[in-house]
Amino acid sequence: MPPNSLKSTGRCDPRLYQITVLTVLLIYGVFRLDFDVRTVQVLVILAVVIITQYVCSRVVKLPRFDIRSPLISGLSLCLLLRTNSLLIAGVAGLVAVASKFILRWNGKHFFNPTNFGLIVMLILTEGAWVSPGQWGSVAFFGFLLACIGGLVVNRATRSDVTYAFLASYIVLLFGRAFWLGDPVSIPVHQLQNGAFLIFAFFMISDPKTTPDSRPGRILFAFLVASGAVGIQYGLYRTNALLWSLAVFAFLVPVIDYLTPGIRYQWQQRFSLNEFLISNTDVRTAATGRST
Amino acid sequence: MRGMIVKLFTATCLIALTNTGFSFCGFYVAKADTKLFNKASQVVLVRDEDRTVLTMANDFSGDLKEFAIVIPVPTFLEREQIHIGDKAIIEHLDAYSAPRLVEYFDEDPCRVTRYMEMNMMKSAGAKRQRDDAKAASLGVTIEAEYTIGEYDILILSAKQSDGLQTWLVDSGYKMPKGAEKVLGSYIKQKMRFFVAKVNLTEQSKLGYTFLRPIQVAYESPKFMLPIRLGTLNADGAQELYVYALTRKGRVETTNYRTVKLPTGMDLPIYIKNDFGDFYRDMFAEQVKRENNSVVFLEYAWDMNWCDPCAADPLSEKELRELGVFWISDGTQKGGPGKLRAPPTAARDVFVTRLHVRYDADRFPEDLFFQVTGDRQNFQGRYVLRHPWKGDEDCDEAVRYREGLRDRFEREAKQLANLTGWDINEIRGKIDFGRVPEPPEPWWRKLWRR
Repeated sequence: MPPNSLKSTGRCDPRLYQITVLTVLLIYGVFRLDFDVRTVQVLVILAVVIITQYVCSRVVKLPRFDIRSPLISGLSLCLLLRTNSLLIAGVAGLVAVASKFILRWNGKHFFNPTNFGLIVMLILTEGAWVSPGQWGSVAFFGFLLACIGGLVVNRATRSDVTYAFLASYIVLLFGRAFWLGDPVSIPVHQLQNGAFLIFAFFMISDPKTTPDSRPGRILFAFLVASGAVGIQYGLYRTNALLWSLAVFAFLVPVIDYLTPGIRYQWQQRFSLNEFLISNTDVRTAATGRST
Repeated sequence: MRGMIVKLFTATCLIALTNTGFSFCGFYVAKADTKLFNKASQVVLVRDEDRTVLTMANDFSGDLKEFAIVIPVPTFLEREQIHIGDKAIIEHLDAYSAPRLVEYFDEDPCRVTRYMEMNMMKSAGAKRQRDDAKAASLGVTIEAEYTIGEYDILILSAKQSDGLQTWLVDSGYKMPKGAEKVLGSYIKQKMRFFVAKVNLTEQSKLGYTFLRPIQVAYESPKFMLPIRLGTLNADGAQELYVYALTRKGRVETTNYRTVKLPTGMDLPIYIKNDFGDFYRDMFAEQVKRENNSVVFLEYAWDMNWCDPCAADPLSEKELRELGVFWISDGTQKGGPGKLRAPPTAARDVFVTRLHVRYDADRFPEDLFFQVTGDRQNFQGRYVLRHPWKGDEDCDEAVRYREGLRDRFEREAKQLANLTGWDINEIRGKIDFGRVPEPPEPWWRKLWRR
């Protein structure tokens, strides 16, 4: 089936909203939740992701340099990656953004950059870790509202993967609790986790790295959720969501082959005019070029 | 049948202020033992890769016939995987990692003099009837039974929670309400049950007047502590100290927030005599502020050293006894350990001390942990700065005394903020000595008659 056109119903680039939410969350995390993230680490990660994006854009001769995509990757990395080494922080940023330009299949990168940066650092060094427990319930509910707000405001075309993932994961956790005879407070507690929200709304939702077709995306979301529950509660390993996404990312080209669909394209321009008056349709053939 | 109280990680133990010599500054502050926290348990978790050695301190103070514990464990345990440990080592580990008070003495502002530093630590220390046929009929398998030290130990597996519950009740264990559901959850998660009680004959032969810690070594990816059974028979919150010893770095909980205890504050010097009260109230205040739902980090340090030292680092022999299996085995076995000078060779051991006050509402799930690569040192440390009390009246001394009032006020506010104590009461306890009264505001005399 040939690639068709895609209608993007976003009023403005959803990435601007995401950048705002991630920035607010990072500030809240550092100042209120005592996230072990130094200012210099934030600066290093953000500088590295932006420079890497710039250099890679020049090398592959992209028509324009887009700062939004690396900023989202960088801010997500700042929120999730813990290390005492600026070198590790910088390399994580470099690996994350460079992976978009190098690890490509059929004109599309299949790893979420943040996830890839984290996983590579977790594998390669003992000096990097992710602290999934460092979120309070107050932060959780505020963040949840912001994330849901993002879905509403942006009417993002690819929210289906987030919905499918949330539904699968919630059903699996409650199902497990029911099977074990555990009180409802246990799965509710397991879901009250900021890292889980970042994952659901900012990582797996990344339209550039999910399958092109809706059935494909729903299958993918279900696989990632099942894998995560298996890794967390079967193998008893931490950061199960990250590992599961990394493993099933390899399946994205296969899913795309089996259920072809329309390649996503971010809106290339954002203007106040567009924001105020239009639901700009961005019609594009699959270019495969990532921003 | 005599009912036994099932103690599930909730040993009723007294945490006492202990007295310890301080090698760092060479003098000793005597303090009476003080009961700090009720119902506190102490657990040492030695962890590297998937290998775990778990030590549980039993500060049980009641009738030994009444003592029994049921602990879910991830794997079957051979006899060699169970060991009876040395209580003194846990006390040493407690002393080494406890929040500490440091004293400084202001110099004579008129001339440079000596300073002294002292630290003071506060320590939070704190007839089976066997019937195999019956057990089998209830779906309970007694996989092994051992008598080790003063304990009779059973390793049980079960198919059904009601069978296990019935077996335990029939065998004289008084199970808390709601235990059956929790047992069922553990059974489905393929956990075994480690059941121990005191063998009074062995106990009298051994001659110990207290219960020694039980240690188990196992290999499992599950890096967790089962706290759910313990919350069932609890009246109020439970107190738990976890000392984690790893090769890599700090340990934190993955399903609850781990928060650093406030540290490094200057406090009024009268706290020296009330450090136990201060620490207990500060901890309670911080727990309240964090909505009773976090785990506190009290200490994270490389076991090779300390600064200031509340007690010497543990010796290699002590660490081996606690189950630190990756350090060399060049030591002999011996009786209860005493404090020793730290060994010279570097050991790859990082200690984390976690302190959690938990109940079933805020801590519905067991505690799950991870080892991080963080080797940054952290300690709960509070500072007393003794003012200089000389009589000299050089300009510097006058300015120094004028500055003291602000300093005392700052310290009072810090203390009130940390503990929730009344600031006026704190001010009343501060000895202002020769600190001059603040100058009268200019407007006070303006219309005075």
